[in-house]
Amino acid sequence: MQQGKTSGLAVRDAVVRYGAARRRPGAVAVDGVSLGVAAGEIVALLGPSGCGKSSLLRAVAGLEPLAGGTVAFDGADLAGVPVHRRGFGLLFQDGQLFPHRDVGRNVAYGLETQGVPRVERAARVAELLADVGLAGYAGRSVATLSGGEKQRVALARALAPRPRLLLLDEPLSALDRRLRERLAVDVRDTLKATGTTAVFVTHDHDEAFTVADRVAVMDAGRLLQVDAPDVLLRAPASPRVAEFLGLSADHAADRSETTGARTAAVTTSSGRDVV
Amino acid sequence: MDGDGRRLTRPVPRVPRSTARPAARAARWRADRSRAGRWRGDRWGAWLGWGAAVALPLGFLAVFFAWPVVSLVLEGFFTETPAGRELDLSGFAEVLSQERTWRIVGQTLAQALAGTLLSVLLGLPGAYVLYRCRFPGRTLVRGLVTVPFVLPSVVVGVAFRALFAPGGLLGWAHLEESFAGIVLALVFFNYAVVVRTVGGMWERLDPRAEQAARALGATPWRAFRTVTLPALGPAIASAAAVVFLFCATAFGVVLVLGGLRYGTIETEIWTRTTQFLDLRSAAVLSVLQLVVVAGALLVSSRARAKRERALHLTSDSVSAHRLRLRAGAGGTDLAPALVTLAVVAGLLVLPMAGLVTRSLRAPDGSWGLDNYVALGTTGGRNALTVTVWEALGNSLRTAAWAALIAVVVGGLVALVVSRRPRRAGLRRAVGVLDAAFMLPLGVSAVTVGFGFLITLDKPLGLDVDLRTSGALVPIAQAVVAIPLVVRTMLPVLRAIDPRLREAAATLGAAPGRVLRTVDGPLGARSLGLAIGFAFAVSLGEFGATSFLARPDTATLPVVIYRLIGRPGAENYGMALAASVVLAVLTATVMMVAERLRGDRPGGEF
Repeated sequence: MQQGKTSGLAVRDAVVRYGAARRRPGAVAVDGVSLGVAAGEIVALLGPSGCGKSSLLRAVAGLEPLAGGTVAFDGADLAGVPVHRRGFGLLFQDGQLFPHRDVGRNVAYGLETQGVPRVERAARVAELLADVGLAGYAGRSVATLSGGEKQRVALARALAPRPRLLLLDEPLSALDRRLRERLAVDVRDTLKATGTTAVFVTHDHDEAFTVADRVAVMDAGRLLQVDAPDVLLRAPASPRVAEFLGLSADHAADRSETTGARTAAVTTSSGRDVV
Repeated sequence: MDGDGRRLTRPVPRVPRSTARPAARAARWRADRSRAGRWRGDRWGAWLGWGAAVALPLGFLAVFFAWPVVSLVLEGFFTETPAGRELDLSGFAEVLSQERTWRIVGQTLAQALAGTLLSVLLGLPGAYVLYRCRFPGRTLVRGLVTVPFVLPSVVVGVAFRALFAPGGLLGWAHLEESFAGIVLALVFFNYAVVVRTVGGMWERLDPRAEQAARALGATPWRAFRTVTLPALGPAIASAAAVVFLFCATAFGVVLVLGGLRYGTIETEIWTRTTQFLDLRSAAVLSVLQLVVVAGALLVSSRARAKRERALHLTSDSVSAHRLRLRAGAGGTDLAPALVTLAVVAGLLVLPMAGLVTRSLRAPDGSWGLDNYVALGTTGGRNALTVTVWEALGNSLRTAAWAALIAVVVGGLVALVVSRRPRRAGLRRAVGVLDAAFMLPLGVSAVTVGFGFLITLDKPLGLDVDLRTSGALVPIAQAVVAIPLVVRTMLPVLRAIDPRLREAAATLGAAPGRVLRTVDGPLGARSLGLAIGFAFAVSLGEFGATSFLARPDTATLPVVIYRLIGRPGAENYGMALAASVVLAVLTATVMMVAERLRGDRPGGEF
């Protein structure tokens, strides 16, 4: 987690609360998470629904205020920097394409805000659509697209302004399984080809292993383990991690001898529930 | 520094894709870091923008609504004595002890209750047939049903009077100046409110819940009663509250149809002010009116809150089925279809057709366009100061101004209220703003117009008598139209997924640009409907306008009322012809606006 000094994203002790009022602290969604993402690296945030991974992502994007801790990029603290000045792209689960714009003008949106001239914009849109396998779709209405096509357009739109960091919030969850597997590979290829630094939120471990260089396993607002996929599979740090990776509870218990017997027992029983 | 400044407007150095971009990007963003001060400036700008968006409507509401109305109400509590203003409740004692007052209050409540009950009972089958069934010509019938709601109340009064008059189509029923006649006219007006509010909900109700009940052995009636009706409950309650409100504050239609025997608190305020010049008791009645209206509004807002919660439960799948007139496995729609047909033909089309037919009857009894030709004159024995066509010009001009004011003020309110601020305090403030701008819906237009008269001779201590400037009429009409504008635009703006705005922000769009490129185009269609709505309502506005319009700037509804009050077949014929002109005009405006909206759901009325 100690990234080479300042390059890339550095989250330190981040806390995100919801429903906080003057006298009420509110529910804690993210509870003191520290995470580093090096330039050009893809990190997956893996965890069950409600574990706080999307909240963490939104806090990084600047859409949720931090109740504690810091988010910095390339060594600069981003406190007080509004969303539109962070230069972070965000891809939603359901794309959130602008319904009043066609495919091309959706992709061009970020370029328009940067004042890129029309000719150059058109060329870049065509190039990005080709990158995501939708060459020639620029004039199509977004209402005519399938779910997979919508996500491809959303990816192209997010990449168009060349974000210094791309945040992907369960971008494939709404798609059917086969499409998801294929798109996961495509997403990784596209991110690597464009050299984009990315945080990829998912609850599917296969997807996380396909897309990411490193996987951060999150549960109940805390990070349990951050490692490369093969390391995670070989040596899960706790039974809970193993359980979430779909490894058998016994396997996890064997591996993590440091964990107390009581915890292991609890996990085994809950592990059976999962199976 | 110079290069830095230039990059502010164009923050992306357009480097070729293949070069080592990470390094270039890092340099660019490092340069950006020095602009933290500017971001704080952005934030101030946002506060300033939203502050203005709140302050302008609030200022408008305070000067042109709260101040006149509160002044008027205080008029009932205080008397001018040589020693200064003194609290004096004798006005209340006097008015409340009059038998006439309680007769009027009783009539107001009875008419409103009967009108509401009948509107709901007849409106439910209508909502089912028009929103749950498919048949050729459905769009046309839906449009037809909506027309009465925007018709000027004076026109409706004239149409029903023509229908009930001896020699009219329903002359045999002796409904002239009767309770039943007034209630029928109120239902004519408000049928559309029930059909549209309940129908809009019914359309989006998942039919599978009812199908599940049927599969469990429930008869169609039982399934309707135990599953569908409870789901529709909030929509029905909300519609009923709104209808009650409209009925309880009915003015033009009751003034024309009620004669001397029937009235509402609203017409009574008008009578006491203009006929008896008794401002004090009129003020007391205004307070009484406020009490009735506040009750109805409270019920309405409760119901609306429930409805907005309930909306989440519905699917947006199109669940309409073909209209079944013959008995089959799925049951038959014959009964609701017949009821709807009877209402549309008998209650909606008949008065309108009667009005048109009667307007083609010349004063000498022959058929022809004589009444329309006479619209170029000032009426028999110079009943008017302006010709009817001039009055039409006045109407169009004031309505255009009123629509402009209403859409600017109402649009800002809708925009502010559609936001969900993170801080609880701000969220509550937004809720209060929402409620504040619903008040004009409940406070009678007569009270507003009357209040203008007693306060705006020296607005805010300035020495400009707004009463003679002619500006008051469009302003008063705007006050009446603003709640409708807000209610039309708000659901559409609220339906915009907040993540769409977030997506725009992450693509580098500053808040102003998000507003322009996301909220703007998506809200534009509701803007068209809102403008049309405001324009149509202003065209037909009678309550406040009748107080404020001077004889030479009289609007069409004012002229129509003056004409039917004057003796002579010629003047009556002109009133009928002018009513037809006004009806066609408002209906056309509404139809055009409705087309602009397309078929997306939204809007309350």
